Amino acid sequence: MGIRVKSPGLLTTVQDTGRFGEYALGMPPSGAMDVFSYQVGNYLVGNEEGAASLEITYFGPELEFTEGAVIAVTGAEMPPKINGEEAPTWETLEVGEGDVLSFDYLKSGARSYLAVAGGIDVPLFMHSRSTYTLIGLGGHEGRALQEGDELKIGESRNGGGQVGKRVDDDHIPAYSRETELRVIIGLASYRLTEESMEEFLNTTWTVTPDADRVGYRYRGGELKFVEREQPAGAGSDPANVVDFGYPIGSIQVPGGVEPIVLMNDAVTGGGYATIGTVISADRDKLAQTKTNDKTRFRSVDLDEALKARKDRGEQMEEIKGSLT
Amino acid sequence: MADKTVKAQMPGTFYRRPDPESDPYVNEGDSVSAGDTVGLIEVMKSFHEVKAEDDGTISKFLVENEEAVDAGQDIVELG
Repeated sequence: MGIRVKSPGLLTTVQDTGRFGEYALGMPPSGAMDVFSYQVGNYLVGNEEGAASLEITYFGPELEFTEGAVIAVTGAEMPPKINGEEAPTWETLEVGEGDVLSFDYLKSGARSYLAVAGGIDVPLFMHSRSTYTLIGLGGHEGRALQEGDELKIGESRNGGGQVGKRVDDDHIPAYSRETELRVIIGLASYRLTEESMEEFLNTTWTVTPDADRVGYRYRGGELKFVEREQPAGAGSDPANVVDFGYPIGSIQVPGGVEPIVLMNDAVTGGGYATIGTVISADRDKLAQTKTNDKTRFRSVDLDEALKARKDRGEQMEEIKGSLT
Repeated sequence: MADKTVKAQMPGTFYRRPDPESDPYVNEGDSVSAGDTVGLIEVMKSFHEVKAEDDGTISKFLVENEEAVDAGQDIVELG
């Protein structure tokens, strides 16, 4: 026993760092969409890296603790309440048996993470506890939480000693309704006309209501592909190429309208030209954008992308050091 | 100033009808009871019913059909 789901919220799933290394099987990694908020949650409650948390999207659940626990809520501004009283985010909290955690309406961002000392104890599936809802595997019974579910909490290492610890304000992200995401142009950007590549980078795109863990879809422009003769093995859409692997974060534009950034639960390969890839350090930011938010894409080179990844890693180490 | 409203629980696109051919769930002037559906919000490829939390009469829709809404936004004013 540990957590009883009184109401599930809109889409609450068990996620960890992800099921990496199975791309050859066509298995996407799943895992927390906003890695930063998820990891910092685990630091706050003193967990080993990779402990499973709950990812809470757009509208929060109501959860009753059936035993005492040490918890932290990070990510989107969706104010948590314990027994109806507002509680802080980015801070380690203690809850007692019978306490109920609920959430106010989403104010900014898109996804909150609930870390619990000891982690959410669901069976490992292919070395991960992440939920991949599209095929119904991993996490809690392969699906989003439902009313009446009961989740077990794992053995805590040092949860109690963490209570009251708080992430420094300088490290708490602010989520805006307008976001810039850095992209590496490629792998099949040669299929877009030069003018359309410029348009792609100059357009302020709007996140559509379809955006989810599979992909983020945008509207706001129309892109044209270079005319060509359909190659053997490629589909007839001008956006088609011969099938290849899709990097996480890659951007495809079926039919030239509505670019889609493929995310953690996306198909691992196919026949759409990917015109760029959102860099890993910025996918946390992407995961905190929501329907109707504005997004621009900025082209960067590999050096800048790798530096951004290194900087983020150092920031996370610094936060970890300050909390443990 | 109305004392009661129906709010959007989540961000998305608001619809007043269950499908394009049907009549709206409710119209201005209709009375509703707590738990009655007043519209739908579409987000992440699924539709979610927006329900009144109080009894009352619909005095005004504050959001148009197919308009974007934010979480916590007032959708309907109840008199």
